[in-house]
Amino acid sequence: MKKKKLVLSFPEDRVTKPITYKLVKEFDLEFNILRAEITPDAEGRMLIELKGDDEKIDGAVRYLESSGIRVQEAARDILIDRESCVDCGECTSVCITRALSLDKKTKKLQFDKDKCILCELCLDCCPVRAIRVNM
Amino acid sequence: MAKTIEEINQKIRDGSVVVLNAEEIIDFVREKGVRKAAREVDVVTTATFGPMCSSGAFINFGHSDPPIKMARAWLNDVPAYAGIAAVDVYIGATELSESEGIKYGGAHVISDIISGKPVKLRAISQGTDCYPRKEIETYITRDTINQAYLYNPRNAYQNYAVATNSSNRTIYTYMGKLLPRFTNATYSSAGQLSPLLNDPYYRTIGIGTRIFLGGAEGYVSWTGTQHNPEKQRLSNGTPTGLAGTLAVAGDLKHMSPRYIRPAVFERYGVSMFVGIGIPIPVLDEEMMEFLKISDDQIQVEIFDYSVQRRSKPSYGKVDYRQLRSGKINIKGKTVQAGSMSSYAMALEIADLLKDRISSGSFELTNMVKALPLEGEYRSLDILSQEEL
Repeated sequence: MKKKKLVLSFPEDRVTKPITYKLVKEFDLEFNILRAEITPDAEGRMLIELKGDDEKIDGAVRYLESSGIRVQEAARDILIDRESCVDCGECTSVCITRALSLDKKTKKLQFDKDKCILCELCLDCCPVRAIRVNM
Repeated sequence: MAKTIEEINQKIRDGSVVVLNAEEIIDFVREKGVRKAAREVDVVTTATFGPMCSSGAFINFGHSDPPIKMARAWLNDVPAYAGIAAVDVYIGATELSESEGIKYGGAHVISDIISGKPVKLRAISQGTDCYPRKEIETYITRDTINQAYLYNPRNAYQNYAVATNSSNRTIYTYMGKLLPRFTNATYSSAGQLSPLLNDPYYRTIGIGTRIFLGGAEGYVSWTGTQHNPEKQRLSNGTPTGLAGTLAVAGDLKHMSPRYIRPAVFERYGVSMFVGIGIPIPVLDEEMMEFLKISDDQIQVEIFDYSVQRRSKPSYGKVDYRQLRSGKINIKGKTVQAGSMSSYAMALEIADLLKDRISSGSFELTNMVKALPLEGEYRSLDILSQEEL
């Protein structure tokens, strides 16, 4: 079993295809749609987390690519500059998945990468600009 | 039994003083009781580290040759108020750069001066017989100028507010980014660690009190602006909203960039994180009754910041223990709460002050004059001369 976060980009003519259904049905994958959006140029984009056997994930990726869907690993990351962070916790209030929280004991900011869905709501709320996206 | 500040200072000198921070004292009192705790502990250190807009610094540059009477001045393109004597200015924390806007402001200038970085000074003048120079452009640092001292008209607010947003759009405020339809809420107080919440009736914190300010020694210099001691209080003495405030001053040259930090609030402006620590002498049992206060016993009112009026709708009160859990309840909805002020930094300052007192490098002072316990909190009305 492994977990993989992928960004799927659907060209305009594929937006309506029942892709996720196939991933469950044919590849026996557990998946979690973290974000989904249709961009202004009608391209669909989805951030999903896949859970399942290595081979099945690889098979699913091949299937997706052969269906004309662009697959990228979600390589972007939220980075916190510990030098500038003052541990106020303002960012924790906008973090809907609770990836950002204050440690109960130390009261310092902690970041759980696995919970982050890259919504980026935290970026412009940090008063010391300690949070940025690593591309 | 009662202790005087002189007696406590004697203990500081002979190394026998017992100091706890305002968080540690809570469990200590719970264990030993108020009476015993008041006897055993001499000083409790309180602290806060939050964005405090009403801050700024006076600077005297020294005279150039030929000299200039600065009429308008800029530090790294941030306007400084020059309408005082020839080479004195006041740089306000929230003033914005004329070239960089919200990205750089007075707070950044102050932080750069503290850090010893070179700062560009530009000034213009009409020229007089005694001050013939009409313009100047040069660089200054912490070490080239005469005085640089922080003078903050309103700091260390005795409690504040919780901000939330009922509207359908994200709003950007001095209480941070507030997402639509009660998605989040922000607050700003050190709660149980906060100076004026541990001395709610200003028994020991007054004009002349020596404090920790931005890493250096500072003083309470006056009553803070908007000081509002008659705010509604709970039976433990703590107010449930914006009450007492302090004006503070201290030497910028001895401060540390760790405890004075610029803050930028998106689509709002620049502010400055100010680190303040205040030691409270345990004079008697009554003082210990105040000092044992904990987050669950301090309440604060929730306001709707989407209403762009002076009076905002209130959604009731919440205590700081609930706020620090990260989740509060507003109108039946669970709302994520986050702090604007840093509890971790406040704790660090309270501990630093504790160390300074224990090691004998920081002695307590008697206040010179108490902060008022009465006073009206006025609003600004738009009036003609006849209506006054």
